[in-house]
Amino acid sequence: MHDVSLIVNGVPREARVPARRLLSDFLRHDLGLTGTHVGCEHGVCGACTVLLDGQPVRSCLTFAVSVAGHEVTTVEGLAKDGELSAVQRGFAECHGLQCGFCTPGFLTTATAFLRDHPAPSDDDVIEAVSGNLCRCTGYQNIVKSVHRAAELLAEEGS
Amino acid sequence: MKPPSFVYHAPATVAEAVEALAAAGADGKVLAGGQSLIPLMNMRLAAPGHLVDINHVAGLAEITAEPGGVRVGALARHAEVEASETAHAAQPLVREALRLVAHPAVRNRGTTVGSIVHADPAAEMPAVLALLDGSVRVRGPEGERDIPAGEFFVGPMESSLRTGELAVSVFFPSARGGTAILEVARRHGDYAMAGVAALVAPDHAKVACLSVGAVPVVVDVTEAEGDWKRAAELVQDQIDPEADIHATADYRRHLTGVLTERALKAAADA
Repeated sequence: MHDVSLIVNGVPREARVPARRLLSDFLRHDLGLTGTHVGCEHGVCGACTVLLDGQPVRSCLTFAVSVAGHEVTTVEGLAKDGELSAVQRGFAECHGLQCGFCTPGFLTTATAFLRDHPAPSDDDVIEAVSGNLCRCTGYQNIVKSVHRAAELLAEEGS
Repeated sequence: MKPPSFVYHAPATVAEAVEALAAAGADGKVLAGGQSLIPLMNMRLAAPGHLVDINHVAGLAEITAEPGGVRVGALARHAEVEASETAHAAQPLVREALRLVAHPAVRNRGTTVGSIVHADPAAEMPAVLALLDGSVRVRGPEGERDIPAGEFFVGPMESSLRTGELAVSVFFPSARGGTAILEVARRHGDYAMAGVAALVAPDHAKVACLSVGAVPVVVDVTEAEGDWKRAAELVQDQIDPEADIHATADYRRHLTGVLTERALKAAADA
């Protein structure tokens, strides 16, 4: 067993876990943060995507013990003071979700993407979310949502 | 599914990592990015008894210009190598190929050296290393050695790394000619059904094909003398693709021919 400490959504968290504990299960089972969803558990679907030191990674393809001491942002960390983030509002306004299972992965992925690409083209957005699967929306509204989020972020910044 | 349990080692130096690997013997695996190993473990296709996590080893993430090419350390993530101007200046094929490797989130964690050591014949970076005659630098109980790409890839997921050896870096040589890589995948970011990396220099031309053999298949097409349709036929004669649920062997052979012609043309124009 290993004592693993991480900074999760800005808060130091610790749990004693076996080495084989995936970061996705560490967040969900050990820390009770069930916003991160587990779909395929082999890196294909993207539902479990979290930000590791600000960069999107698959939490199901990461051992918690291996990233001890690092910063993790989950979907629970996107809203600030009870107010949805611009990316979350974009998805809500443009119907970027239906069942919502894949949404945490899309939100974390889009959050990092728009930070690095504030004014993306359609092709940029499609490339950015290419590693996330959604079985409901057909993706059109997700692409719209990311563009809407870019607008909202630009308004926030001005 | 969940990965099987293992004994976890977190060495702080290359020497400690080599020691842990040597002690674990054939039951030991290196954990770097884990983007190939952890899926295999989650699907219970791999169950190493010991994992030697090199993520805490200092000095392995460097990307360094060297005479005649660029050296990429074992902990340099695909995304870092893709963004590196040093790597791009030495060998533009590296960035071009990395953009075809999986998806951005996988490239943020996966390492280029790990992808090469994994030796998947359907992967892009082993083909790039083979095309360029690059090499893999390994450290073992008996010291350090460089393995040329031509001797490194032995079979599917099999390299000539010995038990107890750690790949510490790979070297991508610059080329005197143009390079290009093209592939066809069902969905962008998936493993390609076929792909071809090409190099066209003033005095020679060659390609490395992925997904059509047990290892990256390198074919010298200098004798085609710039007739890239003829080169495509030469390549089709030398490959032995297998059928699977994604493509028949004939379709893979067809795709490889088309991609060979296009990639050579793009490399000649580069």
